[in-house]
Amino acid sequence: MKRVKTLLLLLLALPFAAVASEADVHLDKAPVNLSDHESLQRGARVFVNFCLNCHGATSMRYSRLQDIGLTEDQIKDNLLFAAEKPGELMKVAMTKAEGKLWLGAAPPDLSVIARSRSADWLYTYLRGFYLDPSRPTGWNNTVFDKVGMPHVLWSLQGEMAPVYKQEGEHQVIERLELVKPGSVTLAEYDAMVGDLVNYLVWMGEPAQVQRKQIGLIVLGFLAVFFVVAYYLKKEFWKDIH
Amino acid sequence: MSAMQKLMGWIDDRLPLTATYKAHLSEYYAPKNFNFWYFFGSLALLVLVIQIVTGIFLTMNYKPDSELAFASVEYIMRDVEWGWLIRYMHSTGASMFFVVVYLHMFRGLMYGSYRKPRELIWIFGVLIYLMLMAEAFLGYLLPWGQMSFWGAQVIVNLFAAVPVIGEDLSIWIRGDYVISDATLNRFFAFHVIALPLVLIALVVVHLIALHEVGSNNPDGIEIKKKKDPNTGIPLDGIPFHPYYTVKDIVGVIVFLMVFTAIVFFAPTMGGYFLEANNFIPADPLKTPPHIAPLWYFTPFYAILRAVPPMFGSQFPGVVAMGLSIVLLFFLPWLDRSKVKSIRYRGPIYKIALALFIVSFVGLGYLGLLPATPIATIFAQVFSVIYFLFFLLMPWYTSIDKTKPEPERVTG
Repeated sequence: MKRVKTLLLLLLALPFAAVASEADVHLDKAPVNLSDHESLQRGARVFVNFCLNCHGATSMRYSRLQDIGLTEDQIKDNLLFAAEKPGELMKVAMTKAEGKLWLGAAPPDLSVIARSRSADWLYTYLRGFYLDPSRPTGWNNTVFDKVGMPHVLWSLQGEMAPVYKQEGEHQVIERLELVKPGSVTLAEYDAMVGDLVNYLVWMGEPAQVQRKQIGLIVLGFLAVFFVVAYYLKKEFWKDIH
Repeated sequence: MSAMQKLMGWIDDRLPLTATYKAHLSEYYAPKNFNFWYFFGSLALLVLVIQIVTGIFLTMNYKPDSELAFASVEYIMRDVEWGWLIRYMHSTGASMFFVVVYLHMFRGLMYGSYRKPRELIWIFGVLIYLMLMAEAFLGYLLPWGQMSFWGAQVIVNLFAAVPVIGEDLSIWIRGDYVISDATLNRFFAFHVIALPLVLIALVVVHLIALHEVGSNNPDGIEIKKKKDPNTGIPLDGIPFHPYYTVKDIVGVIVFLMVFTAIVFFAPTMGGYFLEANNFIPADPLKTPPHIAPLWYFTPFYAILRAVPPMFGSQFPGVVAMGLSIVLLFFLPWLDRSKVKSIRYRGPIYKIALALFIVSFVGLGYLGLLPATPIATIFAQVFSVIYFLFFLLMPWYTSIDKTKPEPERVTG
């Protein structure tokens, strides 16, 4: 019987081994820390200044930024460019049709972008733009080939050019190299993108910090309830043999 | 006579309240030897209640409109008080329903719960399972994400593979030439009222049939054969209430610990309960590179893909998939063993059941992956084992060496 079991286990493991997917594009680890309110606030500022011109976040209200430690006045004074009141949703003036006409594809809404794309993907993507004269925008991206979006943050990061290496018959990008410095260093740029991605992850589900806190209380309650229920059952079942 | 007793007497003259309570709880005698596997029936009932209650609250804020649906779900997640909790309970409940039901069905396979005299309980159970699949499929369209849209597209297109009438049939189901607002509206109607009504009715019939013949147990013997001569109560039976109610409370709490751990700490379950691509609004012009159904459908999806198209038609695959579920209905008559429980069966059935479980889980895994040639070969092997488990059952259960069943329940 034991041998049969081992055989069955092996049989079950086989397809897992045989069809394990080949490695995807390498992604850098995003520094996500939702308890770091300062990082989230910096990220929110970058988001409002740079992203919220073309991309909306139409499920997100400005006033929700109070959850990451901003006051209503701070939101009004510093972040409210495209709206009148903090209770409004983060919308952009550009319609979908205009976006399609001007940019080839409507820029996606970013409310839940960190839930469809992982934080690591976003972090790598925003640092992966490089010069490519064959593209209409002049930019291409290491994780999103032939991307429609231009490098919006180029004045900060500067211009990156690809360094190729030969791999079999193909030339693949080994790394990117700074050819024209921007207004900040690459380390500063990485930190800024890190803050932005941190913010995007938070914005994907603003309730997620509270969710985990409540979860601990619920599990604690159930643990106590379990002890009570366990002894109740034991008491009732004493006379059953 | 106290006021309470008077009131009860008044009611009992008009409605069999006390009699019903006795017949189904305080004087329903269940075998005393239920083990771990017997928690999942009552847990399935619990999940059904969770789904109905959370579902009612979701409909209060959800908009069944292709322009508004996606945003209304995010509205529930952000602006509705406790909306995120209600939504996650519902989405987690959908997957946990299948976890619980699969374990419940596996229990039936192990202990022969489908055998005479419980054939109808099993048949109603399979119908519940079918309804549950339909309910889950319809509900998955409602968030109107990319996977909602394209998943529905793939499944409705299966009907288009039916010869002659297929094309018209699929248009009739969708109410349009593509998945559209009309489809969303009718799926919503079926999901929130039509199927839940059928589901509840089937659950009631499942329980009435169960309480008529009495529960099976891990030994697979009938406790009604040995009754106390004075009281007529089965010697190995104990009243469901209070014994199994207090026992089930323990099971409920353990289940809720797992359930809430998922709801509060991992509501997407790494993409298995909520797929990442479903956080992209439905786009009829952009087909996702890989469309995977939710995990509870993947075994059948793998069977569908394992059958190669014949005469330029996908229909044989669709038939195989349908047959893989229809065969379940015949299980009570396919099994010819002298004993019910796996405890007294011979090695052949044990190996057959193990192979079946390996195949089912294997198919479930393969159904999640893109169909590569090697994955397809594995899926074909597993599909053949799946079908042979049923088709050869009359033969291998009758030649299997069984052990004698005990007179009374053990352990």
